[in-house]
Amino acid sequence: MENKTNHLDRRDFLKIVGITAATSTASLYGCAPKAEKAIPEATALGPIPTDKMTYRINPTTKDKVSLLGYGCMRWPTVPAPDGKGEMIDQDAVNKLVDYAIAHGVNYFDTSPVYVQGWSEESTGIALKRHPREKFYIATKLSNFSPATWSREESIKMYKNSFKKLQVDYIDYLLLHGVGMGNGMKAFNERFVDNGILDFLLKEREAGRIRNLGWSFHGDVKVFDEVLNMEVQWDFVQIQLNYIDWQHASGRNVNAEYLYGELAKRNVPAVIMEPLLGGRLSNVPDHVVARLKQQRPESSVASWAFRFAGSPEHVLTVLSGMTYMEHLQDNIRTYSPLEPLTEEEKQFLYDTASLIKEYPTIPCNDCKYCMPCPYAIDIPAILLHYNKCVNAGNIPESSQDENYKKARQAFLVGYDRSVPKLRQANHCIGCNQCSPHCPQRINIPRELQRIDKFVEQLKQGTL
Amino acid sequence: MLRKIRLISATICFTLITLLFLDFTGSIHAWLGWLAKIQFLPAVLALNIGVIIFLILLTLLFGRTYCSVICPLGVLQDLMAWVGKKAKKSKLPYSYSPAISWLRYGVLALFILAIIAGIGSLVALLAPYSAYGRIANNLLQPIWIGGNNLLAYFAERADSYAFYETEVWLKSVPTLILAVATFVLLFVLAWKNGRTYCNTICPVGTILGFLSRFSLYRVQIDTDKCNGCGLCARNCKAACINSKEHAVDYSRCVACMDCLNKCKQGAINYMPIWNKTKTTSPHNGETNLSRRRALSATLLITMASAMKAQNRKTEEVVMKKDGGLEPIKERKPSNRQTPLVPPGAQSIKNMTSHCTACQLCVSVCPNQVLRPSGDLMTLMQPEMSYELGYCRPECTKCSEVCPAGAILPITTADKSATQIGHAVWIKDYCVPLTDGQKCGNCERHCPTKAIQMVPSVANDPKSIKIPVINTERCIGCGACENLCPARPFSAIYVEGHERHRIV
Repeated sequence: MENKTNHLDRRDFLKIVGITAATSTASLYGCAPKAEKAIPEATALGPIPTDKMTYRINPTTKDKVSLLGYGCMRWPTVPAPDGKGEMIDQDAVNKLVDYAIAHGVNYFDTSPVYVQGWSEESTGIALKRHPREKFYIATKLSNFSPATWSREESIKMYKNSFKKLQVDYIDYLLLHGVGMGNGMKAFNERFVDNGILDFLLKEREAGRIRNLGWSFHGDVKVFDEVLNMEVQWDFVQIQLNYIDWQHASGRNVNAEYLYGELAKRNVPAVIMEPLLGGRLSNVPDHVVARLKQQRPESSVASWAFRFAGSPEHVLTVLSGMTYMEHLQDNIRTYSPLEPLTEEEKQFLYDTASLIKEYPTIPCNDCKYCMPCPYAIDIPAILLHYNKCVNAGNIPESSQDENYKKARQAFLVGYDRSVPKLRQANHCIGCNQCSPHCPQRINIPRELQRIDKFVEQLKQGTL
Repeated sequence: MLRKIRLISATICFTLITLLFLDFTGSIHAWLGWLAKIQFLPAVLALNIGVIIFLILLTLLFGRTYCSVICPLGVLQDLMAWVGKKAKKSKLPYSYSPAISWLRYGVLALFILAIIAGIGSLVALLAPYSAYGRIANNLLQPIWIGGNNLLAYFAERADSYAFYETEVWLKSVPTLILAVATFVLLFVLAWKNGRTYCNTICPVGTILGFLSRFSLYRVQIDTDKCNGCGLCARNCKAACINSKEHAVDYSRCVACMDCLNKCKQGAINYMPIWNKTKTTSPHNGETNLSRRRALSATLLITMASAMKAQNRKTEEVVMKKDGGLEPIKERKPSNRQTPLVPPGAQSIKNMTSHCTACQLCVSVCPNQVLRPSGDLMTLMQPEMSYELGYCRPECTKCSEVCPAGAILPITTADKSATQIGHAVWIKDYCVPLTDGQKCGNCERHCPTKAIQMVPSVANDPKSIKIPVINTERCIGCGACENLCPARPFSAIYVEGHERHRIV
């Protein structure tokens, strides 16, 4: 054997190497599904199924909706070529949409205000490349600012969605953010007094809207009142996850109640924030260990998705997937859904109370508060704070054992996550942001609290 | 052997003092700060008698070893000359030239006059320590920080907090231009003729030259052994050995010991004066040094036009959409009547009369507050401005590093009670009045609670609130000015005080 190798001359050697390489790559590629050769898939758990997605049936239109819905609020962005701000990475969006559709996802949820107002157009471009009957599109009437409350402005916004999305009918149209602002008064001003609701009901009759519903944030009185209106609602979008089920933060309403009311009336529920903007996948270490112990091969996020997808009146669970890995993980979780057992549900309720012990700020990075007119990067500050909470880097006093390390991690990390001129000490407390926050965070108060903490760390007076 | 000792100690001194100028964390000053304090000019300006006596004794004993070991500008020139020697591939690059006495003494006289008259800019221009500080701060520190930022880049990706990124910013265009000019001038002089600057321009060199004429140990030529080959003179970077006459100009010899081993006859030695060998006294000849100095002036002009700060234009936001960042609008410096100098400086007079403009405080200021002045009289001396940061309560770095007594040591407690200026409110820019938004960011961040918010309409307690300043309490730290949301000019700025006082 040794002799033989010694006798191999260089040309023979190269030949053999070349042939082996060629055959092995060929066989590797041969295994992968045709459409997405370039995308690496997690192989330890086997390929990601293309035909096992769980579907739910919409009782009114009999739509067969994939349990995983694509939230188009967090499309990837890249720096704009002119150096001013950023723009949507359309190639990446196309790739994500193609992959999602190839794996059975058929519900896409967007809004005229998402991603600095670019989401509808970008989603439209990506979906235009697929047959119209392959997907359901959901968008919203996002007439938040008083400037858009008039009938003309609202209808203009509605019509513009068709143009941006390049469609002639919308499968699911939502009144955006019902319950935000000033109770029923805001609802009436936005949808009733200007006759927009009647207009939309007529559009539904005309078939340009296939399902009419609304998304809910905030005031429970508005929820009850709107749900009991003399209108047939085809669906309602609510925030549901294992923390909000019984421990909704701030002025959010417990999802157990919201879901219960919908189920009673047989109104399908579309779920948003199943993962709380990533807060339920980025949890303290001991919570990771706790979840992994139960199912070592499943991701931390998969627990949250199984929780949100288990109730049977849930039509679809929206996830704003910026990254391919998240899309793949979620497809795996729902292909097919393995509903939670009663024990597992209890296990998650207990986990929720463990997570609640960590005083994170309930920011889901939705960016509704942005842009801040005084140039502050609000979500980046809150997320950095939360990250340090989960990592145990918020020292309570300079006597803490890990004070020096935690201080360094907090301050250096702060400068890395947020440019100096966008940090919390520039918050003047004008409070223009808070009304936009679906989580009802008192943003100036939190920013000023963080600023005070930073000052204490810097001055060494903690 | 002597040469090796000189080389090793010079390398150590030079490296350490350079580190002192490069370090932006302020952590090594506790260990190496003395290196700046033993420099001649800072010691004189700080009236640091101990150091002055030490340096005088050192020179009287061993000649101008100060110039060869302690002075970083001297060692820098040796470095440049060494590069020049290598590049020229010449084994015998130098030759004897007579001293240019009128220039030496002329510059020294000018220098002393400038100190007395308090023209800091002229002092800083001529003094070797200031020149080195200028070069290190403006040319070397950006490279150093660049390296640090590269490490920070990798640290960030490795989830480590060991390195953090720091900003390189243009502190002052004139100072940068002068630093480049100084560097180029020195490089050309050192490349061609070794220690020309030290022996014709440097006022410290001239003063030490007075003393070194009488030094106890000195380089001496044994005329019995000397065959007049001139090897020693051709190796002397100070051009002070007149081999024909067997004479050494001790006022110019920097005791580098380079000549000692070159002599094949063993005729040249470094030894005490009482081992006197037959020498004749040096005599002065005619001189010319003409074309080299034209360089600096032309450089100044070309550089000035090349540097301009960039202005960012702002975009308008039409309708509220989610996400995105409001562009950051540039902050312009406020127009101060009286310059601001840091706590510990005591008064502007104390600052201008002691400061060597070495840039050490500018190098170490972590808040981007200190920068070299552009004023003609105080050119390159530090002054404060609050566009990029403010004088933070926990920091006393500049007072720790100053070797010249321009910024005297101060504690954080004393600093928090030292009034260096006072805040002034500009109604026309104030956000509650211009934008109709409630603000109070100045009040929230004032460390001495010198600012209160009061209704803008005297009889209407519900009217939007504006800040009022209790100037008696204000210490002038600039937190209000820096954190004011108004742009491009702050609605509140700090006016400097001639003399600081305790409040």
